[in-house]
Amino acid sequence: MEIQVVKHVLDANLTVANQNREKFRRHGVFVVNVMSSPGSGKTTLLEKTLTRLASELRAAIIVGDVSTTHDAERLARSGAPVVQVNTDAFGGDCHLAAHVIAGALDSFDLSRLDLLIIENVGNLVCPAEFDIGEDAKAVVLSVTEGEDKPVKYPLMFRVCDVAVLNKIDLLPYLEYDRDAAVAYIHQVHDGMPIFELSAKTEQGMEAWLGWLREQVARKRSK
Amino acid sequence: MHEMGIALQIVDIATASIPEEMKPARVASILLRVGKLSAVIPDNLRFCFEVVSKGTAVEGSDLRIEEVPVVARCKDCEGSWTLEGPTFRCEACGSGHIEVISGRELDIVSIELEEGSDTT
Repeated sequence: MEIQVVKHVLDANLTVANQNREKFRRHGVFVVNVMSSPGSGKTTLLEKTLTRLASELRAAIIVGDVSTTHDAERLARSGAPVVQVNTDAFGGDCHLAAHVIAGALDSFDLSRLDLLIIENVGNLVCPAEFDIGEDAKAVVLSVTEGEDKPVKYPLMFRVCDVAVLNKIDLLPYLEYDRDAAVAYIHQVHDGMPIFELSAKTEQGMEAWLGWLREQVARKRSK
Repeated sequence: MHEMGIALQIVDIATASIPEEMKPARVASILLRVGKLSAVIPDNLRFCFEVVSKGTAVEGSDLRIEEVPVVARCKDCEGSWTLEGPTFRCEACGSGHIEVISGRELDIVSIELEEGSDTT
């Protein structure tokens, strides 16, 4: 006997993601899910982002790692509230799922936030598949990685709204083909905004911060 | 990479789909539709499913995976085509203004109960 089911396998995740989304909407907080491969400089980028925005926006961050609290300790220096979630407590997962975010939200007073950054687990595959209730997804790519990462991990670049090309201060020392990287990104996601910057020297940071400010303002006015 | 979590969800959904009055029925097969753009590798999923289904009503059931091609539609020229590689541009007019209409599926379509299940 055959029974029709027709249900998305990640349905349970989507239900919780929708609950998160509703909470974010109610409090008018803009939530960005930041993803990349390990070592792209995500934590440095977010550390600088939080520090630079500290005087104008009320921001907080949830940071996911398979283990350790190293990133949280670094991010806390910005003065923003930080919650570290280690996915090994959830089976060493390679991504943050909606229920993990839901649990972390208890640590914040969302009504006192404008911006919530979620630093996902370093991985270009799985996090692309999981809705966590965010408003926007950003992917960070660094010039020490291959130019062709976007075509190797097309789903990630397809689902993200913006890309950050990090570590551009290293370009003089590398044989990195910046134009090829940009072309690959646009081959997968036509017109995707790309913020070329160095989180270390803060060159190019302003455009990225401007985008965040704009998104926060838009969410608040809704 | 997250096939283990997916496999657990499949076991949960399939088990919950067995009508109450037919329990303890056993599941003979599960039909799954997996888009080629989804981050799931069928062979890995089968292996994980075998492991996590042990001791459940779906243990030993046949996981039938139907792969769904990535099909896109051009918003400019309205043409649609099947993508064979990671180029998300219209085959006909070159526009990047496209919409992926299939290829991200990860759906349980149906389950088949073992024969005799409904008489127990």
